[in-house]
Amino acid sequence: MRFYQSRYLTQGLAKILIWVASLFSIAVMILILIQILSEGIPVISLNFLLDHPRSMGREGGIFSTIIGTAALTGLAIIFATPLGVGTAIFLREYTRESRVSRIIRFGTDCLAGIPSIIFGLFGFIFFVIYLNLGWSILSGGLTLASMILPTIICTAEEAIKAIPYSYREVSYSLGGTKWQTITRTILPNALPGIFTGVILSVGRSIGETAAVILTAGSSLVMPTSIFSPIRTMAVHFYILAREGVSMEMAYGTGAVLIIMVLLVNTIANLLLNRYIRQRT
Amino acid sequence: MEIKEKVIEKILLIIAFSTILILALIAFFIFEQGSSLIWKVGLKNFILGDRWVPSKGEFGILPMIVGSFWVTFGALILGIPLGLSSAIFLCEWIPPMVAMFLRPAIHLLAAIPSVIYGFWGLITIVPIIRNYLGGPGLSILSGSIILGIMILPTIISISEDSLKALPPSYKAGALALGATHWQTIWRVLIPAARSGILASIILGMGRAIGETMAMIMILGNAVKMPSSFLDSARTLTTNIGIEMGYSTGDHRQALFATGIILFFIIMILNSLAIIISRRRTR
Amino acid sequence: MSESVKISIKDFSFYYEEQPALLHINMEIPSNKIFSIFGPARSGKTTLLKSLNRLTDLIFGVRHTGTILLDGRDIYDEKHSVTQLRRRVGMVFDLPTPLPISIFDNIAYGPRLNGITQKKRLNEIVEKALRSAVLWEEVKDRLHTSALRLSGGQQQRLCIARVLALEPEVLLLDEPCSGLDPISTANIEETLLQLKKDYTIVLVPHNIQQASRVADRTAFLLNGELIEEGPTYEIFTRPKDKRTEDYVTGRFG
Repeated sequence: MRFYQSRYLTQGLAKILIWVASLFSIAVMILILIQILSEGIPVISLNFLLDHPRSMGREGGIFSTIIGTAALTGLAIIFATPLGVGTAIFLREYTRESRVSRIIRFGTDCLAGIPSIIFGLFGFIFFVIYLNLGWSILSGGLTLASMILPTIICTAEEAIKAIPYSYREVSYSLGGTKWQTITRTILPNALPGIFTGVILSVGRSIGETAAVILTAGSSLVMPTSIFSPIRTMAVHFYILAREGVSMEMAYGTGAVLIIMVLLVNTIANLLLNRYIRQRT
Repeated sequence: MEIKEKVIEKILLIIAFSTILILALIAFFIFEQGSSLIWKVGLKNFILGDRWVPSKGEFGILPMIVGSFWVTFGALILGIPLGLSSAIFLCEWIPPMVAMFLRPAIHLLAAIPSVIYGFWGLITIVPIIRNYLGGPGLSILSGSIILGIMILPTIISISEDSLKALPPSYKAGALALGATHWQTIWRVLIPAARSGILASIILGMGRAIGETMAMIMILGNAVKMPSSFLDSARTLTTNIGIEMGYSTGDHRQALFATGIILFFIIMILNSLAIIISRRRTR
Repeated sequence: MSESVKISIKDFSFYYEEQPALLHINMEIPSNKIFSIFGPARSGKTTLLKSLNRLTDLIFGVRHTGTILLDGRDIYDEKHSVTQLRRRVGMVFDLPTPLPISIFDNIAYGPRLNGITQKKRLNEIVEKALRSAVLWEEVKDRLHTSALRLSGGQQQRLCIARVLALEPEVLLLDEPCSGLDPISTANIEETLLQLKKDYTIVLVPHNIQQASRVADRTAFLLNGELIEEGPTYEIFTRPKDKRTEDYVTGRFG
């Protein structure tokens, strides 16, 4: 009888602890969002979004940072997607598991694990200084592209892997060449998966700060070309918060950041689910 | 047409090596910038020196190493129990329908930028610690708490994956022998999934060590050796992040040198994680 | 009038890594006839079929010895393009494999690979192919709907039409009726009998009865070796080799 009791006592105790721990984890994360959104959403208005920042961000809006974020993210995607999809195609269609593919995968895994501050150092010394691109959208975009490359490769590979072998066999048996098979059958069917990976990378780029500050600068002036320095929303938020310039503006910027990131990731998840459901 | 195919193959081969190229460039340039300073100062002095005063040419990063260590340690103390509990919770304790709803929610929370976490820590945790525990509030403790929260999604999702990947026969067998649900989890499932869980912890550790922006915002950035959890401190990452903007010459090279040390640490951690998770399939 | 030989297989052996799949096959496939190749599972029938259009090239670590001649020319000759070969020798697989696109696009896939893009021409090709596969009447009003919505039998006839759109000379069919109901099977067999006027057909039958229904000549393959080959009627009623007789009468299989 005593033995029976103690086992279930332990289970009961464990159950309580686990419930508490898990709910605590989830609750804290939600609390963070609520706190910032509740203070920040009231700050958001059409003016806030479309106005230029004035007096170092104390007044006005965040328009130039929105443009900066969009430009930087866009450039990163433009560079990373062809490289990433190309790598995925090569790994899945042109090689088998061999020394070459193992080396490439090793490189991709390593790149995925490097912290953003190191990318910042790299982007600074290579793009800004060595290639003399200066603090610019270009430097920042190229650095960001390096950071999101592993994600794009990974999702593209999964998407290509999911395509049934029979599709390829059909295409080849009808006289298709390898490249024709890839462009007419494999890529069109892999597109949803690839797109999801791109969207996820967009979400990550929007929030990236360390690497961006060191490569794209922090100028609040509207950019005129890809050689112009810019400040992204994440960087703006960081500067506002750290230098205590304006809490109100900080909350507002933070709220916009959170909303954009959540939106992008939710879209990606929805797309992913629809894509998976379509295939099964 | 055959020529076109061959050309395309060669182009794709070159493209596929882009990750290796980038990795090589990163390693090369960071080393190139930082190694001459390490040479100048001496590796031992650099790593074990406890004074960081760039204006006087003193470049010892021990305070930062210690800072990184304690913040990460604290984050793990918070993150592992909470994360593992949540993983068990998701995997074993709630109906799959609810889990399906919670899981994307956790992934979503993982996507929140670190500057947001840092900001929240600044306005919420720091004042609490300052008021109730003393000290400046901007401290290792605050950093640990926030970092612990930040690495939760990593630990949760990878641990959960490992638990889910276990053959159902493990659980069925244990329950059939009369074990309670908790006993099954604690004595059978977790040990069986231990390599995956360990991998998640190591990856969480890597994420923690590499975190910069949030730490800059809440650690306080004092350059001296921290002696308690309530002290302000710097980590290897925040040191670079704070001073990079205005550094020149030797100072700048010293920051790159810090980057080299960081690079090594992360590489070792990531390799460990990969090795351990490869052992998972047994 | 002597029969002309479409495909001539001379001392052909095939290996997966180092495992032999076919050993010293010598066979002649006559034009405009239905030639069936039967035998127990894993006797090399599919490998032989896929060698005829070099689909085996896609598999890693294979090698072969011997030659296969199409109209007297070696199909493995480097001067001849594989893609050309596969347009002349088309293949239908055992499971219906429509691509996840419209019926029209499925049929037009092959011609488009070949560079035909004119709408009018494609329309003609698609209609002709669907008529030859006896599918036109059933789908002519929904050409641009997804091919995945067709029934199993219709999908398989789609696959036949898809191959016919390239106007090949040889049709390879690997158990084309497996998984189909008897009516669809009868439809397809009827179609094959019509097609042999214009095409050379090599068929791996689903069972012996199918071979005896449609094939002019038949070959028996066992463990990668050709045991015997001849007019279908003779193979099944007066087989020369005991192993053939045993298989045909059901003593093993």
